[in-house]
Amino acid sequence: MKVMLFGTCIVDTFFPEVGEATVRLLRRFGATVAFPKAQTCCGQPAYNAGYEDVTRAAAAHFLSVFAGDDPIVTPSGSCAAMVKHHYPELFRDHPAMLRKAEQVGSRVYELSQFLVNVLKSHEAGLSGKGTVTYHASCHLTRSLGVREEPLILLQSMKGVRFVPMADAVRCCGFGGTFMAKLPEISCALADEKAESILATGADTVTGADCGCLMNIADAMRKRRAPVAVKHLVQLLAEGL
Amino acid sequence: MSEIQTSLSFRSNAAKAVDDQVLRAAMRHAADTFGTKRSDAFAPVADAEALRDRASAIRDEVLDNLPTYVDRFAANAAKAGATVHRAPDAASAREIIAGILSGRGAKRIVKGKSMVSEEIHLNAYLERAGMEVVETDLGEFIIQLVGETPSHIIVPAIHKNRRQVGKLFSEKLGVPYTDDPQVLTKIARKAMREKFLSADAGISGANFAAADTGSLVLFTNEGNGRMVTTVPPLHIAILSIEKVIPTLSDLTAFIRLLPRSATGQTITSYVSVITGPRKPGDATGAQELHIVLLDNGRSQIRAGESREILKCIRCGACMNVCPVYRTVGGHAYGWIYPGPMGLILTNLLTGMAKSHPLVDASTLCGACVEVCPVRIPLVPIILQLRRRRVREGFSDPREIRGMALFGKAAASPGLFGLGQRLARLFWPFVRSVGGRDVVGRLPEPSRVPYRRRTT
Repeated sequence: MKVMLFGTCIVDTFFPEVGEATVRLLRRFGATVAFPKAQTCCGQPAYNAGYEDVTRAAAAHFLSVFAGDDPIVTPSGSCAAMVKHHYPELFRDHPAMLRKAEQVGSRVYELSQFLVNVLKSHEAGLSGKGTVTYHASCHLTRSLGVREEPLILLQSMKGVRFVPMADAVRCCGFGGTFMAKLPEISCALADEKAESILATGADTVTGADCGCLMNIADAMRKRRAPVAVKHLVQLLAEGL
Repeated sequence: MSEIQTSLSFRSNAAKAVDDQVLRAAMRHAADTFGTKRSDAFAPVADAEALRDRASAIRDEVLDNLPTYVDRFAANAAKAGATVHRAPDAASAREIIAGILSGRGAKRIVKGKSMVSEEIHLNAYLERAGMEVVETDLGEFIIQLVGETPSHIIVPAIHKNRRQVGKLFSEKLGVPYTDDPQVLTKIARKAMREKFLSADAGISGANFAAADTGSLVLFTNEGNGRMVTTVPPLHIAILSIEKVIPTLSDLTAFIRLLPRSATGQTITSYVSVITGPRKPGDATGAQELHIVLLDNGRSQIRAGESREILKCIRCGACMNVCPVYRTVGGHAYGWIYPGPMGLILTNLLTGMAKSHPLVDASTLCGACVEVCPVRIPLVPIILQLRRRRVREGFSDPREIRGMALFGKAAASPGLFGLGQRLARLFWPFVRSVGGRDVVGRLPEPSRVPYRRRTT
């Protein structure tokens, strides 16, 4: 099966190792992965800040880069939701673009969704180690409705002990541009999230969105907590 | 309070609130309690989603035909013997109410909880006219003693803990200090009883107004609502026009939804339905009932794209689950209504010029949308407001320039790659310009971004 990798600008710029882990995992389960090199950013920062024209420019570029028929897989619930839900809304008054947005949107999968529902990766029983807790990112759970898949993957790993954290679905305070506009609140929320993570006694916290993980990692760094922060795909790829 | 907080200073209000550990602890405790109680209350409701659909459909119907239902309510309330007044704005509402009171020589007023009366700053106006106004909802009573505004729409003193209330009562009421909530409640009750019995008039709000019967409906817990509306000879109810529902039987949906969403109760201690003043043979009721229907910008909201906020039934569930609200409390929002519904209403009622920073007071996490009993698309409305801020020119000029550049880079892989290289190359500089608060929290860009690692 051929898939197109939508890496996301955060992974591309800050966490290339997450992109590499994604490719290794997809290949291990039989997919042929193409990374369209002209990809940039889905435009979410501009969308969330209210700049529709700017977002449309980014979206139009994305739609031309990802034209085709293969599934589009991304290691981010938030960016997947942007393309699936908000692109059609952006082009509501442009019939031709709207059709493209809907066609592309229907091909987009968040990675854990694709691994569980299409590639059945959880049946392989990958191995791992340690005690792991999971942060359920807002857009992944509430916009995309992906609640079970990351947990199915985690719990399928041999040697991994999963410990749920309190209020796993509460926002970590990242919120894209929110972290820049209201840093005091953003940091306070990240601190609260860090407390929930530490209370589990886990040695690793994982999630499926690098924006949130970046924010959580900062809060953990500040308190010098001996807890590793890893994208779910990194944990899975370590077991290959 | 020593300084006036406005919506324009949301960030500094919020920064102060974040550092207030007493406030933070009180807010976390309250939000967690109400959040848990809400989900526990809905757990056994098998048809909860259908119930929300029905409530949402009723509120949509009202919104689509608001003038018709308001007229119908006014006509039927008048038929039941009430005097109905229409107030286009806050000033006219204040004048109408003060006029009714002074026309009857009323000096001593008891009040039930009403956010609309807060919105029009009624107490201060009546006090300037020489009247004594006593809030009788326990939370409102507490904040009236401090001289604060409510920090939550149904739990006005949510930001105070019992030790603060004990200290306040001993200072202001001259009673020995105690932080036992039961004793404190008894002290407040004793102070209020005297006021109820000697009051010339009672002022209340209303949760709903049934158009087909002209009835006012109040959901209350403390019993003060019944005292305010039935003990004094004169009862004035003030409510905003969108509180109307088509029929009294529509109430069945809201009786099940409102208390569960608000306090996690299956029903409030009291549900009062008031249809007209006391009639011959009635055991209780005010002799005279006036109803003030306030517009104050609602009709204008209804004509715009964010009209669905008028479906709100003021349960407060959205603020109880909001990560921003739980961190900063209600006062930081700078006006009357806090949390997700509050920032939207504040923005629409006070205008973009006075409140544009508030539209950033959301992480867009969507927890509010998940709990709203009438399915208001709160996050999409917040995004609408952000787009309007851009259109109306209230954005930071640096942000506008930054976004224009971002748009160019996002549409050009070459420019995007160049941006990545430059950010990496000049990261210490970017960090110093961007500041510890923002860029300081990001990791350094990777030496080799993913796009240059793959073939």
